[in-house]
Amino acid sequence: MRHFGVLLRHELRALFIAPSTYIASVLFLLLMAYVYYMILESYIGAEHDVSVAETFFKIFWLPVFFMVPLLTMRSVAEDRRAGTLETLMTTPVTSLEVICSKFLAAWLFYVTLWGITLAFPFLVIYGMGRPGLTESLLDPGILIGGYGFVALSGLLFVAVGIFASSLTRNQLVAGMLSFSILFILIVGMPALEEHATAWELWLAEPLEFLKVFRHLEDFSRGMIDTRPIFYYLSNAGLVLGLAVLLIDSKA
Amino acid sequence: MEEFPSIEVQGLSKSYGRVPAIHKLSFQVNKGEIVGFLGPNGAGKSTTMRILCGLIPGSSGSARICGLSIARQAESVKRCIGYMPENNPLPEAMRVREYLRFRGGLKEMPRRTLRRRIDEVLEICDLHYKTGRRVIGSLSKGFRQRVGVADTILAEPAVAIMDEPTIGLDPHQVLAFRDLIHSLRGKMTIILSSHILAEVERACDRVIILNQGRIVAQGTSEELRREFIRDSEYRFTLRGHGAGVAEAVRRVDPAARLSDPMPAGPGGDGAVAVRIESSRTSDMSESFLQAIEQVPGVHVQAFFRREPSLEDIFLAATRRSWKETEESLGRSTVRSVAADATARDL
Repeated sequence: MRHFGVLLRHELRALFIAPSTYIASVLFLLLMAYVYYMILESYIGAEHDVSVAETFFKIFWLPVFFMVPLLTMRSVAEDRRAGTLETLMTTPVTSLEVICSKFLAAWLFYVTLWGITLAFPFLVIYGMGRPGLTESLLDPGILIGGYGFVALSGLLFVAVGIFASSLTRNQLVAGMLSFSILFILIVGMPALEEHATAWELWLAEPLEFLKVFRHLEDFSRGMIDTRPIFYYLSNAGLVLGLAVLLIDSKA
Repeated sequence: MEEFPSIEVQGLSKSYGRVPAIHKLSFQVNKGEIVGFLGPNGAGKSTTMRILCGLIPGSSGSARICGLSIARQAESVKRCIGYMPENNPLPEAMRVREYLRFRGGLKEMPRRTLRRRIDEVLEICDLHYKTGRRVIGSLSKGFRQRVGVADTILAEPAVAIMDEPTIGLDPHQVLAFRDLIHSLRGKMTIILSSHILAEVERACDRVIILNQGRIVAQGTSEELRREFIRDSEYRFTLRGHGAGVAEAVRRVDPAARLSDPMPAGPGGDGAVAVRIESSRTSDMSESFLQAIEQVPGVHVQAFFRREPSLEDIFLAATRRSWKETEESLGRSTVRSVAADATARDL
């Protein structure tokens, strides 16, 4: 991993100068700010069992579906299309270093964008200045759990995006592929679990553990279970490993 | 310490599925040599270069760079080579200097020497100060090719491999490129492929001609000339051509072939051009000149012995390889027809 630092700096720089990154960032922050505003509005004058932060994290899938494909679709596909992947592979760089640098750069960017949403409760507290708001909006347990889940699940989601991008030289195809796999992972699993309960009872329990929403609920409650951690880390590793093999075979 | 040849290829083959791209190539390139790869499209030039760079594996045979096996020591081999692929892909959004710094980092160049070396290669490739700061996407084709060459030679590799480096360059840029290659002579081994045959002839010490995945000829231009072009060609511009010219020519070389006289072109003032082909290897210019000048009423305006160009050699070599292929196909067809007939008889 001697060249990892050089590659990571290059990838981060490429992300920061690409207009698509800024478009995706602005869209993400606008959407998340709007969602946060709507949640706050729905909480006015009504008692709720769950906190604002918990409800906010429940819509994590919405930005995942468009942010992750937008962030990752050009990473390998564009290098392959332009031929720069070929010149890269004639240096003493390994395909593992190439994939890991692209993955880490995209994941850091993803986490940074989510990190910016931490400003929303602070802005509300600062803007409204009502007593008691700090306790209800800034519950450290929920925030740490929620952002921890976002960072952890992001490992797998971004890895899926990188894998999709390494399958093709067409950015658009990579983006659609990434969206489809993420859709199956997030929405397909609960649906499959519902049907599996009717067909094969023994399948219900393992599928229950693969439900991303269940992981979110656990994390938001401050329950740190090692099973989801293992699930996200091992699957991210597996998917990245497949991407490395694809680079080796198709460079 | 044992001195290895820069490139050593033995029986190298590569097939894509059932389609053979190269077949049992064997050649050697010594240290400091500049070798040109010639061949029509699909001859296997790029495939050979990509195997030498470790980008794709060969199907059989062996290839070594600086004594290191490409199949077994790919990472070490990559430290010995600089590669410029066809079409020279470059990241559009990066500045030239920035790109070279990135590539230097990947090629494990120490930071202390990188800055100095970037200045050097920018100087060698005539990429002056302002160009070094420009975004690659805004550069002309010629400048982009220079950036590609600068990247190839940046880490001072033992072997530089350039696939069609002169493609898309205007004549001025081709001249500049030739000077650039000359400036690298002796410093590194260079393999380059090109469609501009004259360019390869001028820039390279040796030529390898590929056709249909096989080496059909290799050697210096002089060696190839001797092997493929047996006839010498003499061109005369004469005033007052007559039957005596043919007789005079045949007195010198009875086997010589004389073309019909053609008008010498606009402004030729009635002069005619005559072409003489002789199979004698020695220079017959003087003898032909003296014989023609003695013909009454004929005055020699100009004459020269035409040296066969690399283009002639290339055409002769590829034509011969096609003929050989056709013959072998013909033989196999005859064999299969005979086998069918035997099978029917049985």
